[in-house]
Amino acid sequence: MSRLKLTGLSRSFGAIQALDDVSLEVAPGEVLGLMGDNGAGKSTLVKIVAGNFRPTKGEIRIDGQLVELHKPIDARERGIEVVYQDLALCDNLSAASNVFLGREPVRRFGPLAVIDYPAMRMRAGELFAQLKTETRPRDLVRRMSGGQRQAVAIARTLLSKPRIVLMDEPTAAISVRQVAEVLNLIRRLRDQGISVVLISHRMPDVFAVCDRIAVLRRGQMVASKRAAASSPEEVTGLITGAIETA
Amino acid sequence: MTDTLQSAIDQSQHRSPLARLAGTQVFWVLAAAILACLALTVLTDSFASERNLFNVARNFAFVAIIAIGMTAVIASGGIDLSVGSSLVLAAMVVSVLMEGGHSFWLSAAAAMGAALVVGLINGMLIAYVGMPAFVVTLGMLSAARSLAMVLSNNKMIYQFGPDHDLLLWLGGGSTFGLPHPLYILIALCGVMSVVFRWTRWGQHVFAIGGNEHAATLTGIPVRRLKVSIYIFSALTAGLAGILMAGWLGSVTTNLGQSMELAVIGGANLAGGEGTALGAVVGALLIEVIRNSLILLGISTFWQGMFIGTSIIIAVAFDRIRHMKA
Repeated sequence: MSRLKLTGLSRSFGAIQALDDVSLEVAPGEVLGLMGDNGAGKSTLVKIVAGNFRPTKGEIRIDGQLVELHKPIDARERGIEVVYQDLALCDNLSAASNVFLGREPVRRFGPLAVIDYPAMRMRAGELFAQLKTETRPRDLVRRMSGGQRQAVAIARTLLSKPRIVLMDEPTAAISVRQVAEVLNLIRRLRDQGISVVLISHRMPDVFAVCDRIAVLRRGQMVASKRAAASSPEEVTGLITGAIETA
Repeated sequence: MTDTLQSAIDQSQHRSPLARLAGTQVFWVLAAAILACLALTVLTDSFASERNLFNVARNFAFVAIIAIGMTAVIASGGIDLSVGSSLVLAAMVVSVLMEGGHSFWLSAAAAMGAALVVGLINGMLIAYVGMPAFVVTLGMLSAARSLAMVLSNNKMIYQFGPDHDLLLWLGGGSTFGLPHPLYILIALCGVMSVVFRWTRWGQHVFAIGGNEHAATLTGIPVRRLKVSIYIFSALTAGLAGILMAGWLGSVTTNLGQSMELAVIGGANLAGGEGTALGAVVGALLIEVIRNSLILLGISTFWQGMFIGTSIIIAVAFDRIRHMKA
């Protein structure tokens, strides 16, 4: 059964048809590369699955179950986590605080609920160890490298034992060495049976980690095939429209 | 494995406690305040007198109470210019009701209710309508003071009915040589220190200030939180208003005028780091500077210059600090 199954998904903004009858399936533990030019509808698709937008038409199934995602919290409750392009981190807080942002564990003392910092640091430390990153729980995000920030954002998604992680351009603005680090982070998610949808412009990164590649063009899904059966040339052709469909 | 995990968790910023202390702006503001006190003690006969210190302590308590509320607002990336007007509105509500023969507690509750409504309107317009905090609270600065004038018909009120003495005792009295507003400040500072550091509310206030978009995406109820922040700010102003009515023994509609400047100055001096203690120390420095101008015989016309300059310098320092980091 597919982990994530989108059927006939459409979304329009006024006169603009951002997504037009898009269907897509992602298997458990599969890394799907979602590619397309600017304005092709990648972000809209991700935002619908993340619960930020509602589709105008179409349905979303997770592990076979039909879901209605009205708000980001609905998506999260169903095991969908998002790593945003800007990572959605607060520079002025520690790594541990960022991992737990909005989900801080508390200990109750009568009417007072205080944040359980030791438990937060412990769990964040475990997640960082699991991701084999050098990020430390107490460090302020402001002082971190791009790769470390990615690790914080990804550790955040692991907190709730997710089923699907959506990643928006995680390798767009970081150094070559850090790209390798992030690709390794993605492989570790996959090894835990988590499905990953990777949005990227960077062809080498997509072919390095993705099992399957889907291409959007002007809101329509023009291809969805195994990475091994495709090539960067073909995908480029699909993105630009030089190749109609595959 | 567990050893390395533990050491990673314990790892802080590679700095000794002393270096960390010296790295905080609060430390330097406190140092400046102490230095100013020492200089004044030497330069003037009157500063170190018991009477003057008592006055300084009391005056600064009012500003500091509101500065704690302002700290929450600034830490969340906002501003509240209407605190001086919330203050006079609360003071006017409490005094008009008490003059009309109502008990202190009922009147004080009504005054806090008025402040709450001011904060609620500010917060709703900022969080739900999406208007800039500066504009909304600037409008409220005018509107709330005008309401206080309407309420009192712009007359001075100095009769507070049956609980007259209680109000004066609460705002103007002292116990063990310390003015009552100072006790209230200490209690508020203690409570809010815990709240800022140890509660989810406090954590989320900083998250909004750090990256509002991120806070929204992680499911923090940003709008509701913002409303609560502006309500909190208005309530601290209301509390200070009630105390000030008791201290002065009379209320006029120019009470708390341009007080927002001293409050914002005090809260900003601590670098918007958002500690309750920082706000208190900042307010202390502002009051010591103000007091020193008077004692040194410098014209009070210069006060605005000093407070205004200190706000700008505080923000400039904050910028420089963040550039380094």
